[in-house]
Amino acid sequence: MNRGTGGGGVAAGFSLLFFSFLFGPLIIMVITAFNSSSFPRITPWECFTTEWFGVLFANDRLMSGLLNSLVIAVSVVAIAVPIGLAGALALSELSSRLRAVLYTVLITPILIPGVVLGISTIVFWGALGRSVGAEYGSFFFDGMFLTLAGQVTFISAYAMLVFLARLQRFDPILTEAALDLGATPGQAFRKILLPFLGPAIGSAAFLTFLASFENYNTTVFTILSGNTFTTALASKVRHGTDPSLSALAVIIIGITLIGAIVHEAHTRRKEVLRTGIATRSRIYGNPVLKTLVHPLTVFLILAGIAGLAAWQGTRHDASVCKQQILDDKRARQHELLEEQRRKMQEQQKTTAPVTSPADAAGKANPSPFGGAFSPNGLAPGQEEPAPAAAPTDAPATANPSPFGGAFTPNGLKPSQ
Amino acid sequence: MPGAVSSGILPSVFPVPFSRLSESSMATRDIVLDHVSIRFGAYTAVDNAHLVIKGGEFFSFLGPSGCGKTTLLRCISGFSEPTEGRVLIGGQDMKGIGPNKRPTALIFQNLALFPLMSVADNIAFPLEVRGIGRKERRKRAEELLEMIALPGVGDKKVHELSGGQRQRVAIARALAVEPDILLLDEPLSALDLKLRHHMRTELRTIQQQVGLTFIYITHDQGEALTMSDRVAVMNAGVIEQVDPPETIYNRPKTSFVASFVGQSNAIEGKVASQSETLVSVETPLGRLQGRAAGGRQYKTGEDCILFIRPEQLSLGDGLPNAIEAKWVKEEFEGNARQMFLEANGVPLRLSRVNLGGTADTLSGAAMPVGFEPDQAIVLPHGVLAGA
Repeated sequence: MNRGTGGGGVAAGFSLLFFSFLFGPLIIMVITAFNSSSFPRITPWECFTTEWFGVLFANDRLMSGLLNSLVIAVSVVAIAVPIGLAGALALSELSSRLRAVLYTVLITPILIPGVVLGISTIVFWGALGRSVGAEYGSFFFDGMFLTLAGQVTFISAYAMLVFLARLQRFDPILTEAALDLGATPGQAFRKILLPFLGPAIGSAAFLTFLASFENYNTTVFTILSGNTFTTALASKVRHGTDPSLSALAVIIIGITLIGAIVHEAHTRRKEVLRTGIATRSRIYGNPVLKTLVHPLTVFLILAGIAGLAAWQGTRHDASVCKQQILDDKRARQHELLEEQRRKMQEQQKTTAPVTSPADAAGKANPSPFGGAFSPNGLAPGQEEPAPAAAPTDAPATANPSPFGGAFTPNGLKPSQ
Repeated sequence: MPGAVSSGILPSVFPVPFSRLSESSMATRDIVLDHVSIRFGAYTAVDNAHLVIKGGEFFSFLGPSGCGKTTLLRCISGFSEPTEGRVLIGGQDMKGIGPNKRPTALIFQNLALFPLMSVADNIAFPLEVRGIGRKERRKRAEELLEMIALPGVGDKKVHELSGGQRQRVAIARALAVEPDILLLDEPLSALDLKLRHHMRTELRTIQQQVGLTFIYITHDQGEALTMSDRVAVMNAGVIEQVDPPETIYNRPKTSFVASFVGQSNAIEGKVASQSETLVSVETPLGRLQGRAAGGRQYKTGEDCILFIRPEQLSLGDGLPNAIEAKWVKEEFEGNARQMFLEANGVPLRLSRVNLGGTADTLSGAAMPVGFEPDQAIVLPHGVLAGA
């Protein structure tokens, strides 16, 4: 983009807007992970803390869900990749009319909504289980198994698409050559076709792993009473959120960033090696720099930084700062209570409700009572109905007050 | 890759004698195509091919693309079975024997080297699938690399080699199985002209050294004629003629062969009379005389074509078979000049050895030409190449 083609200020502004739209939420979420406020927010900033990571790891439901998700994802990879490969091979061998039919059949699960797949999986295996007289403890009614079965039905199709794309670039003459040179069909497959499909196997495994790990709408049905990472996360958000989810976001973003950077290093290195400009390149020609930009080195460095940050984080103690905040809050609360008590007394003493000093005091004080003491507060037709002479010990709990529930007994405990 | 592309550096004779291979392959193993027909549905790709290829022979199938020569080759190598007839190798019927069990090795048009393997692994692949150990494989690969005059490239990837080097690696890989018959499917078509010419000699040298039967498929008559012991000319699935190259060129048996192999002036006409071997033909250019192909007896009035090679047409008055032609244009080809003439609507081509000097522009000028009756050949009317 340059000025000649109408770039300049508009384009830069648009790009800025676009990127803030993309990354703004992520950046804010990352910041909230380090704020000690028990609700994820940036302002008011209270204390820098790493305790939310601890809260995250202490959440049994989330952690056992994570383990389940990993087990399911690995199993899905192990099953869906071979099925996808078999499907792709079958498609590439068939006559064109049969291929169109089989392709439609194999691709359908992707087009069916995940919810339908989830429900139909439970219904199907349940019916099958009952028809063979299986008990409710058997695998027909096991959330892990059903999730695996449900996910494999459509994730295999993803794997198949990856393999199909790669197979289209395979020259079948190579298989013929292998056969002609004395290889059996099995040897030709293992030694010629499979190595060619190597990169596709990698991508298919990665894709199926992610598709399984992040799947929600099928899994939420098939997991039954159990939990995967996504379902545990969803139910946690539903029950009220706290910054431990931001902490999780920080971890996920960190892993993604490391992965992306290492992958980029790998791609660049391969490109340079392929084009053979390595010796002439300023970076790749220098032995030290060359080692430094090797993907493995890059990974080790980044992992080291992440590890160091985590270690530093575990040593960080925000308790002093938090105590300070707590004391401030208590003092403020006390102050307000005092003020209120004083006003109540004044109110009882004076029979005439409206005096100019009281008016001034009411306006100056942004009180939690929503201006109940303002002169027009009790006038009819006013939008806010004033809380009529609340009992002095109750206002904090009854009101959605700016104290953030500081007066509730559990208000300062990290919520689950 | 220094050296490989410039053919001058290539040794024309491979330095290492191919002792092991020659022992096993000198045993004569004839290939018999016994009335082989190959059909795909209603389409006949090969029609009743019947010939014997002798062991140790350099045999070429020559024909335009789509003439069925590659189909026939795949049938010999075992990728397809004949619809009718039999393929016998060394007296054994090959029916039901797969390509991996036949004593043949095929060099594909695009060479089909395995892109993910190193050069040495490519060459050792046939040994690997036969369960030969890594060390032995490596040793054999090195030997073969030395044979094809490419020592030390074993660890390179295939794409790092030049076209000519790949060519030779493909040959080495095919020879690693110690086949009795090497089948080559237009292996030189991807090379540039100079390398192609060099590889012709090289292939011939390898063939003579190892004593294998080479069956060579090509549409390039230059390749077929320079390398082969015998050539089979194919057209539309039919083998038109099987003969040594000189016979194919000098004594074509059909009008297709006469028109496909080399340049020819084809003059259509009707037989006027025949005396012994000479036939008089009534043509638009007058009555011309030529030799009857294969001592054939013609009926008077029969449709025929008289073929005369451009180099056998001479300029000048008072020649036998005199034709009054007009000059149209001239093309310079370095070693020769092609003169394009026209006589009574029939285009004629006359080629002369270039002895220096420049071409004159003689548009429309009268050019009397003629030829010895013995140089022309009279064939029954039939399909012409490119017609």
